[in-house]
Amino acid sequence: MRDDNSSPPDTQGVKLDTTIVESTGEPNPTDLPSSDICLQVKDLCLHYGDKMALDHINMRIPRRKVTALIGPSGCGKSTLIRCFNRMNDLVDGVKIGGTIELEGLDIHDAEVDVSQLRRRVGMVFQQPNPFPKSVYENVAYGLRLTEKIPKSELDDRVEWALKSAALWDEVNDRLNDTALGLSGGQQQRLVIARAVAVHPNVLLLDEPASALDPISTLRIEELIAELKADYTIVIVTHNMQQAARVSDYTSFLYLGELIEFDSTLTIFTNPSEQQTEDYITGRYG
Amino acid sequence: MATSEPPNDHSQWLRPQRLSIGRWWKSGEPLIWLNATAVAVCIVAVLGLLGLIAVKGLAHFWPSDVLTIEYDRGFDQTKVAGEVVQRESISRGRFLEAYPDKSDIEGATVARWMVKSGNRRVNAPDFRWIFEHDILSLEREDEIVVFERAEWGNAYGTLATINETGKPAITESLWDELQARIKRTNQLRRQAEKIQNRFIERINHQFEKLRLQERRRALKGNYDIADLNAQREELNDRYIHQEGRLREVQSEMERDSVEVRIADGRITTIQLSDIIRAWQPNSMSYLEKFGHWTASMWIFLSEDSREANTEGGVFPALFGTVLMVLLMSVMVTPFGVVAALYLREYAKQGPFVQLIRIAVNNLAGVPSIVYGVFGLGFFVYLIGGSIDDLFFKAAQPAPTFGTPGLIWASLTLALLTVPVVIVSTEEGLTRIPAALREGSLALGATKAETMFKVILPMASPSILTGIILAIARAAGEVAPLMLVGVVKLAPTLPIDGNFPFLHLDRKFMHLGFHIYDVGFQSPNVDAARPLVFATALLLVVIIVGLNLSAITLRNRLEARYRGVLL
Repeated sequence: MRDDNSSPPDTQGVKLDTTIVESTGEPNPTDLPSSDICLQVKDLCLHYGDKMALDHINMRIPRRKVTALIGPSGCGKSTLIRCFNRMNDLVDGVKIGGTIELEGLDIHDAEVDVSQLRRRVGMVFQQPNPFPKSVYENVAYGLRLTEKIPKSELDDRVEWALKSAALWDEVNDRLNDTALGLSGGQQQRLVIARAVAVHPNVLLLDEPASALDPISTLRIEELIAELKADYTIVIVTHNMQQAARVSDYTSFLYLGELIEFDSTLTIFTNPSEQQTEDYITGRYG
Repeated sequence: MATSEPPNDHSQWLRPQRLSIGRWWKSGEPLIWLNATAVAVCIVAVLGLLGLIAVKGLAHFWPSDVLTIEYDRGFDQTKVAGEVVQRESISRGRFLEAYPDKSDIEGATVARWMVKSGNRRVNAPDFRWIFEHDILSLEREDEIVVFERAEWGNAYGTLATINETGKPAITESLWDELQARIKRTNQLRRQAEKIQNRFIERINHQFEKLRLQERRRALKGNYDIADLNAQREELNDRYIHQEGRLREVQSEMERDSVEVRIADGRITTIQLSDIIRAWQPNSMSYLEKFGHWTASMWIFLSEDSREANTEGGVFPALFGTVLMVLLMSVMVTPFGVVAALYLREYAKQGPFVQLIRIAVNNLAGVPSIVYGVFGLGFFVYLIGGSIDDLFFKAAQPAPTFGTPGLIWASLTLALLTVPVVIVSTEEGLTRIPAALREGSLALGATKAETMFKVILPMASPSILTGIILAIARAAGEVAPLMLVGVVKLAPTLPIDGNFPFLHLDRKFMHLGFHIYDVGFQSPNVDAARPLVFATALLLVVIIVGLNLSAITLRNRLEARYRGVLL
């Protein structure tokens, strides 16, 4: 857990610096017992038409930890994260090989209901995308999809979700105003609240702070630190400092291949691959 | 390395002293002028058109002065009273061609007036041209009365006596007495209309139902109609009773008559049952005239037409137009939206879908009369005919749905306007960012749920735009309607008190067709001309009104999604 929230994030210099790594050295994920694993990726290959986007990815994502995906643009980070809730199904001409197991269940199994899978694996996108509805309706959206919830219970769950996303204090007096009136950072936390409201197991964050100013970025990062107590979080980021600050594990992807996956401390202080070291020290990418 | 000196000659940066056409053209200024001119011409054209229609249409209801004109007809001198509806001057040459013996007339042009002198029955014609130089005297008599009659158009003259059952009524003021008695006759008229439209109409409706019931039994081989005959007897009694009441009221209406002295001194008798209104325009104040003007407009909007549509109101046409447009919108919206959703959201994008899209766009360019022919052949004869065969066998050979009617006209126009709804809905769908769809899907919504909860609400402004365009096109369309349901005179409105209240099979009247009919098929062109303008104005006002309400709604919705749509 981070203890120093007040220092503004350093987004300028990229250097191998052990002081910014605050995760206490987690063990290598391959050594973890399978009872601690939430998502298990085996030999995942993904083709867009003839073009290979992911090449035999093997990954074990631990439960209730933050796993960061880093790598240069086009390396397949977003493609990989979108595999976890099967958002790639929407793209024409996608072929997927290998398996992804969520808590032991193959998510590509014919028996799996995609809608239910996506409720268990929530996702937050790069651009805040609240619906053009009220703040309340945004959070209640996912809840209303499956069951008919009495108004009072719905109120409670909306409040809980907004509190989880650290937004309640800012919006509790304007729940019925349009969500588009919120600031970018508030919108992004609203989208997180929307995702959290349906009680997912996993939260996928696809560059959640890249469209935000530094202060809002900081709030999101604090929020991630709080949320990891309850959720397995996978975050895609371009910002190395952010990966170092918020994640317990980091994986480095390059040209569709998983180059290295280890505890964040190891990746940022003692990477075993030369490519990883080159990337995080800013020699390419 | 040599550094270049900063230029000290600034002349090349300044505007050239010498103007050249080429440079002026390049500056873009002529284009701005051209654009502004084009817009100005458009605005002038539109405002001019609207202004012309509005002035001519609205002036029709103004109670203009009645002049008593004594003039030389060539063979004798006569006096007429009437409203001057038009003044024009014709060239001397043209005048002399028609009247070669009148070469003593001076001036390069000859002025003539068109006078609406009414009194069609006793002193025809009711519109006459009078040359200014033939006029011997002009008078503006205060007590001259204009009578608006149910038949034969207006009458102009002064009151001589009021007769009750053929004998002169003793009265202090003829004018007040006349107004009181006109009021009485009008009340009786309304009573008669009520008996006719409400009671007798209903009895006829039931007679028809009985006839159909009998036919239906006969078709099944059941000829036992004793109970039907009993019902018929009862209905007949009721009919005789109502008819008796109607006759009573009508004979009450016949009680009074008024003797009118027309301008040339003759006396003519007008039944009060013929008179709808009477007014004395020459002694009315401006306020009274304004009151009369608004009352006339209300009559125009709320009453049936008379005299082959050249007199009275346009209410049935107004009602038919609005109802037809609303029905059309109700039909075209779901159809167009569903088609657009399929094309944009579900269909696999490719050359085939592109081909369909092109076909849909081209559908908007097909001449409307072609839709009319299609509607007549497909909807009326094929579908309507089949419906009759299946469900209305008893009424045959008289068609029920197998004849032009409201529903077929609405359907035909819906077909005509469906391309614009599809195109604008599709445009709206493409404006919704993919991020919102993904956001909804990522929360576990299915594609259909996303569609109904996120996509369609956000596409609603574009859908409304499509409906606006559809209404604008449909309300002004006349040609196809002539084939599929519009008539010159519909005896009943498509909505009435008899089950099922909305009669989709009925023929109806339409303002656009009304304009055509009054303006070009009318036996009395001069009387009809102002009505053409008034009706055209009304049609424009309705279309603008329907559009404005839809545009307001659209803008409100658009404001809600501002900043999200692409």
